[in-house]
Amino acid sequence: MTTQSVIHVQGLEKSYKTLKVLRGVDFDVARGSIFALLGSNGAGKTTVVKILSTLLKADAGTAGVNGFDVATQAANVRESISLTGQFAAVDEILSGWENLVLVARLRHLKGPGKIADDLLARFSLTEAGARRVSTYSGGMRRRLDIAMSLVGNPPVIFLDEPTTGLDPEGRLEVWQAVRELAGKGTTVLLTTQYLDEAEQLADRIAILHEGRIIVNGTLAELKQMLPPAKLEYVEKQPTLEDVFLALVGAAGKEQR
Amino acid sequence: MTKNFLVDTAVLLGRSLSHITRSLDTILTTVITPIAMMLMFVYVFGGAIQTGSDSYVNYLLPGILLITVASGISYTAFRLFLDMKSGIFERFQSMPIARSSVLWAHVLTSLVANLISLVVVVLVALLMGFRSGAGVSAWLAVVGILILFTLALTWLAVIPGLTAKSVDGASAFSYPLIFLPFLSSAFVPTDTMPGPVRAFAENQPVTSIVNALRALYTEQPVGTDIWIALAWCVGILVVAYVFATITYRRKIS
Repeated sequence: MTTQSVIHVQGLEKSYKTLKVLRGVDFDVARGSIFALLGSNGAGKTTVVKILSTLLKADAGTAGVNGFDVATQAANVRESISLTGQFAAVDEILSGWENLVLVARLRHLKGPGKIADDLLARFSLTEAGARRVSTYSGGMRRRLDIAMSLVGNPPVIFLDEPTTGLDPEGRLEVWQAVRELAGKGTTVLLTTQYLDEAEQLADRIAILHEGRIIVNGTLAELKQMLPPAKLEYVEKQPTLEDVFLALVGAAGKEQR
Repeated sequence: MTKNFLVDTAVLLGRSLSHITRSLDTILTTVITPIAMMLMFVYVFGGAIQTGSDSYVNYLLPGILLITVASGISYTAFRLFLDMKSGIFERFQSMPIARSSVLWAHVLTSLVANLISLVVVVLVALLMGFRSGAGVSAWLAVVGILILFTLALTWLAVIPGLTAKSVDGASAFSYPLIFLPFLSSAFVPTDTMPGPVRAFAENQPVTSIVNALRALYTEQPVGTDIWIALAWCVGILVVAYVFATITYRRKIS
C-alpha cells in the first residue's frame, strides 16, 4: 500500500493559538484513486488540504505528496499538485478562456491558447469562454475552477468542498468532472461534508473528527461497521431532488 | 528562479492591468476628488489666497498630484484584498511560481494606474491655465519624485491589503493620507499658520515634496527641499517595503 501511495500523511498536528485542530492525522492515498475526507464544519478538513498544498505549515508530523515532503520540498510539491479551494478561485473580470491561459502561462506551458480551448471544450464551456466570469452561474464557475486546476495535468488534485453552495445540477456536473479525472489516472483528494457525495465518488472514505481520523476504509467496509442491514419494504417516493431535476431538465430541453 | 520571477510577474501584471483597463471607473473615481478640489480651490478660494505666485493653479498642482496618488493607492489595497478573499491568491501560492511575483504585479499595476491618473489630472490643470517653462530634465525629476512617492505609498497600501478584515478596512487607511496635504504648504504658504501647526506643516513629508515639485517646474532653485523630499520618499518606501514583506511572509507560511 505505502509503495503505491501518492499522498502520505503521518501524525499531522496543527493548532491555531490554543485551539487544537489536528491532533495526529494519518492516512495514505493510492495513486489514481479518489479519497474523500469527510467531516463536519470545523473538523479540520481545510487545514489538512492547506498543509498538503504548502499553504500552511504543520506543527508536527510529516506529509508527503508525490514523493516530496511538503515542508522541505515545497516547490516540488507545488509542481505536482493543483488546489481547488473552498471558494471558486477564478478571476471575475477576465473571461473563462483568459483565466485558463493565465494559469497555463504561470505553469510555463507551451501553447496556452490551445490548452485553454481544449479544457473549455472538455468542461462544456466553449460557448461561454469569451464571456467575463462574473456572468457565469455557480456551476459554470466551479467547472472553470476545476478546469483551471487541470492545466498542466498535475498528478494530484485537491478539491476542498467542491460542491458547497451549488444547486443540484451544478453538483452533478462537478461529480461528473471528478469521475472523469480519476478515470484518467489523476489522484483526487476531496473534502466534503455531504455523505452522499463521498458515497457517490470516493474509492476510500476517511472520517475526520475532533482532529483525528476515526474511520478509514472503502464504502463497503464502512457499512459493515454499522449495525447489520435490516430488510424493510418501503415505497420509493421521488425525492424533492428527483422532482426538481425532472422538471428543470424537461423545461431546459424544451427551450433548446 | 529570477527568470521565473520576471516571467511570472509579467503574466500577473498583465492580469491586473486588464482589471484597470476593463473597469476604468477606478481611474475615474481616483481623479474625481483631486480634480474637484482643484476646481474649488482655483475658482472659489484661490482669489482670496495670497501665495506670492501669479497663478494659483501653478501653486496648487503639486498638492493635488499628491492627493491623487493618496486616493489612487486605496485601490491597490482594495485589489489585493479582493485577491486574498477570493481564493485566487491561494491558488497562485499553491502553484509552482515565484511567490513574490504576486505582490510585485500588484505594486507595478498600482504604479501604472497612478501614472495614468496623474496624467489625467495634469491635463485638466493645463485646461485650467497651468503653465510651465521648465525643461526636460526638470520634468524628469518631477516624474521621478512622483514615481518614488507612488511606490512608497503603494508598499504602505500593501500592508492593509494583506491584513484587512473588510473592504472598508482595506481602503480606509488612505483618508488621513489624502488630508495630509491640507496641513502643508500645498494650498497656502505655511507662514500664516499658528506656531504648532506651522511646525508640524513644515516638518512633515508633504511640504518638502510639494516645495521640491513646485520649484522644479517653476524653474526656481530647489535648495535643500529636494533632498529632504527624496529622503522622506526613500525612507517611507524602505520602511513600508520591509513591513509589507514581513506581513507577506507571515501570510504565506
